[in-house]
Amino acid sequence: MRIEGPALCMGPDIDTDVIIAGRYLRTKDRSEWARHAFEDLDPALASRLQGKVIIAGKNFGCGSSREQAAIALKEAGVVGVVAPSFARIFYRNAINIGLPVIECDCTCRDNETVRADPAEGTVIIGERFYRTRPLSPRMLDILSAGGLVEYWRGRR
Amino acid sequence: MSTLSERILGAPAGNFVDCRVDRAYVHDGTGVLTLEAWRAMRAEVLARPDRVYVLFDHIVPANNSVTAALQRDLRLFAREKGLNFTDIGEGICHQLMSEGIALPGEIVVGADSHTCTLGAFGAFATGVGATDMAAIWAEGGTWFRVPESIAVRLDGALTGAAEAKDLALTYVGRLSMDGATYRALEFVGDGVMALSMDSRMTLSNLAVETGAKAGLFYADETTCRYLETYGSPVRPQSPGECRYERELHIDLGEVVPVVAIPPRVDTIKPVTEMEGMPLDQVFVGTCTNGRFEDLERFAGIVRRKKVKIRTLVAPASRNILSKVTESGILRDLLAAGCTVLPPGCGPCLGAHQGVLGEGEVCLSTANRNFRNRMGVGGEIYLASVATAAASALAGSIAAPEAAP
Repeated sequence: MRIEGPALCMGPDIDTDVIIAGRYLRTKDRSEWARHAFEDLDPALASRLQGKVIIAGKNFGCGSSREQAAIALKEAGVVGVVAPSFARIFYRNAINIGLPVIECDCTCRDNETVRADPAEGTVIIGERFYRTRPLSPRMLDILSAGGLVEYWRGRR
Repeated sequence: MSTLSERILGAPAGNFVDCRVDRAYVHDGTGVLTLEAWRAMRAEVLARPDRVYVLFDHIVPANNSVTAALQRDLRLFAREKGLNFTDIGEGICHQLMSEGIALPGEIVVGADSHTCTLGAFGAFATGVGATDMAAIWAEGGTWFRVPESIAVRLDGALTGAAEAKDLALTYVGRLSMDGATYRALEFVGDGVMALSMDSRMTLSNLAVETGAKAGLFYADETTCRYLETYGSPVRPQSPGECRYERELHIDLGEVVPVVAIPPRVDTIKPVTEMEGMPLDQVFVGTCTNGRFEDLERFAGIVRRKKVKIRTLVAPASRNILSKVTESGILRDLLAAGCTVLPPGCGPCLGAHQGVLGEGEVCLSTANRNFRNRMGVGGEIYLASVATAAASALAGSIAAPEAAP
């Protein structure tokens, strides 16, 4: 499994209220969440997420358990999130909806090419190489299936 | 000796385990997405419908026709499948689960991050996302990584005007917003005994604000007496000498009333340093501080006085609303000029009922003060019930006086 795309750098402690605000949760329209991703941080950001790998600071996805946060990023075209640590509910949600997440503390410059492999536990940003802990076999299976729903259907 | 999390999950820290879940609950917010994932899975039967709870609390009553339609779908599903269902007006999911349902030693999952509140009963209680919950509906269990534990050792007793919420914000400030990520907190020490169940729930509730997976107390005589009143007799759990990853010592006698400065829950200052800061709104309630003791303390301060700014009070459950009605507290709140909201989450998440306008400042007894959470351009200071009462009377942040 490979993740590849230009880097989008973000700071630490990005909470799920910032990823998708509570006022946009009352719908099942996923494109609505994608359109308003990170709106309170920068309203123009959502339109620049397509194909990006988010390289964030520690504790990404803290706060509310809202799965719409992970869905918003995936729907907006984010191909993966790399951070030194994640809030645990966001981490599980991301895997469960098929958005790759990698725990890695790395230096980020916007638009540098990121190549990462959660199965091997490697992250390359520009010329910098980082080794990190690979995801568990079960998480990799869920990701490969496209998410927990597809994984579950495939096992029946 | 094992930590309480290790005992309940049945393996040493660091192991991955597959566990049967004793209670699984969603609310109207996360339940909609859970139902969508469930339908996409094309699972036909719930493994243990008698252990599944659907509790409406987030936007109650519905604020518009879109919400109403989503709630209707979930309500009909819950009834059709014979799930435990409570409709609008019954209360906040964590509070309802605390009223004799979640029990010591159980594994409890909720599709809400503040599920950790139920750790107050010696249960392993943790939040999960909607898709995880759909799989739990289908399979009756899920996987966990058994967490390492951090002891929060409480010595002595709270003094002056300090209350459990001040202690909670103090430990969050000490651990920081990710100080316990992937870990469980265990509240231990001789200071625990004197804490009521309402206070313990306030402490467990804030555990997730440090990134913790759970925040547990060992069930003791206080727990047993509380659950007995709800017709659920249980036995105490015995704490042992176990290996903690680290210990945080707090002398309760040194805890003072504090506020959390926006936009971070872990930025704590003594209330005395913030006194005089003008406010537009005070909000008392939520799964943190909407219980009987909280409303009783609040009413004790505002009784026979008038609040100077709009003050919203939301009891955490119908049961609590009934108690404050019978005890005359409701009358005191209304006479003081408070606006009483139906049991539920109210304005905490900025969805309806008390949304802040641009530039407005709210002092809230809730648990999150993230940017724009209660409304775009609004700011949230988090504090105790007594600080909320003193501030509502002053119209600005004010330090509470010690209870007589």
